[in-house]
Amino acid sequence: MSNLQLDKQHQQYVKKLKREKYEIVTWQIFILLAFLSLWELAGRLTWIDPLLFSYPTKIASLFLTKLYDGSLLLHSSVTLLETIAGFMIGTVLGTAFAAVLWWSRKASKISDPYLVVLNSMPKVALGPIIIVALGPGYLSIITMGASISIIITTLVIYHAFHTVEPNYIKVIRSFGGNKKQIFREVILPASFPAIISTLKVNVGLSWVGVIVGEFLVSKQGLGYMIIYGFQVFNFTLVLLSLFMIAIFSSIMYLGVEWLERKLIKH
Amino acid sequence: MSFLQLNAISHVYLTESAAKEALSDLSFSIAEGEFVSLLGPSGCGKSTLLSIISGLLQPTEGSVSLQNKMIQSPGERMGYMLQQDYLFPWKTIEDNCYIGLKLLNKLTPEKKEITLALLDSMGLLDVRHAYPDQLSGGMRQRVALVRTLATDPDLLLLDEPFSALDYQTKLKLEDLVFQTLKAHQKTAILVTHDIGEAIAMSDRIILLSPRPGKIAKIFQVPSQLQTLLPFEARNDPVFPENFQMIWKELDSLEQSPT
Repeated sequence: MSNLQLDKQHQQYVKKLKREKYEIVTWQIFILLAFLSLWELAGRLTWIDPLLFSYPTKIASLFLTKLYDGSLLLHSSVTLLETIAGFMIGTVLGTAFAAVLWWSRKASKISDPYLVVLNSMPKVALGPIIIVALGPGYLSIITMGASISIIITTLVIYHAFHTVEPNYIKVIRSFGGNKKQIFREVILPASFPAIISTLKVNVGLSWVGVIVGEFLVSKQGLGYMIIYGFQVFNFTLVLLSLFMIAIFSSIMYLGVEWLERKLIKH
Repeated sequence: MSFLQLNAISHVYLTESAAKEALSDLSFSIAEGEFVSLLGPSGCGKSTLLSIISGLLQPTEGSVSLQNKMIQSPGERMGYMLQQDYLFPWKTIEDNCYIGLKLLNKLTPEKKEITLALLDSMGLLDVRHAYPDQLSGGMRQRVALVRTLATDPDLLLLDEPFSALDYQTKLKLEDLVFQTLKAHQKTAILVTHDIGEAIAMSDRIILLSPRPGKIAKIFQVPSQLQTLLPFEARNDPVFPENFQMIWKELDSLEQSPT
């Protein structure tokens, strides 16, 4: 086959791929628009109770009102900062604990039953105790955001550390490398994929911890907006908060994916 | 005085269910520049023996000395090549080759230059910025050879380094390793279960018997085969008779009830 023919075939293939991608995006947008219109229609024609389920334009106008009076920005930024802090603390401490357990086999064996129990316990149930102990403020909420992800991070990353191909370690040892060098050159880089998938899970978990924390503290934040909306029966406000949470957690997820591309090239 | 000396090496593996004797009272010595193969059926403790020589594993009894110095732990005097390349997929080819020097705190510009020259001599300079997953199995094992040689070890330990390769690549790599080791005048120990490979590459073959590993017999490879490249040695008229002789010996070891 001549080069010209090959080129042509390749162009056709690339075109086909592009068309497929275009089709998928079109469907995604269509579903979103269809859902929003149906919701709007159902709300306005009272097929569903607008008091409970609201409808998109009502939420949008509330969004604008809250944006102009500055309260949306305040509540959003408070929650976002708490979530990011909880997420980071949970991940860093979880990874550090995993490193300690990897370093000492005995420590990992001793702590094994405790980790299993702590992992199966619902951490948000500790909320009231945390709030009383640390005071009803940022500190308690961040602690809740972190505590919900820390144990599972430790378990997953320790497992990743432990299952690194032993022959990679043998390579380092055969050059006389010590335990610290084994950790830095092999264990940590080999576990990046596992760490990234933990991060992806932790994004969701920290939101749970922080929102529940704000429910309980009820001072500020999107969680507070939800509980307030619930108490005054303003479900448009509740849905607006959910919408903001969806936007922010998606952005955080994209951030983790960006980190993934940076860290894992091969 | 011999280059490498093994004195009455015994090794016992301890597990919860049993104590298993892997090696029993092994002694031999190797001269500088010699290429020795350890040949034997599976379970004869070849790889255990290699780990002990490298210092990765402490023998239950006995000692190993290299140039009259006892070996307690691995280090720059040894180069170890594993069954597969085990290049780090997150490092470039170049960085994979530097890992030994980096670990030994010897990553100087001169050493880097020597390593790059080694890469060049194996036709791998073009791919030095590539990652291992972009290379073929044969190329990767060549990189692993450069990684092993980069620290300029006195003794090379080859743990079936060709066993995971296809036949053609294996034959080519045998020649390359042979030439490289001769050019750098390295002493080497090859662990293998391939009789042909052992005859083609080495000066001497130590046959081990299994459970526990002991020296069954030592063969001197005919001098005319020693100097030939492995590929040429395989085509030499005296190759088949040597092959038959070792084959029979190995066969009897595997059949004898122990």
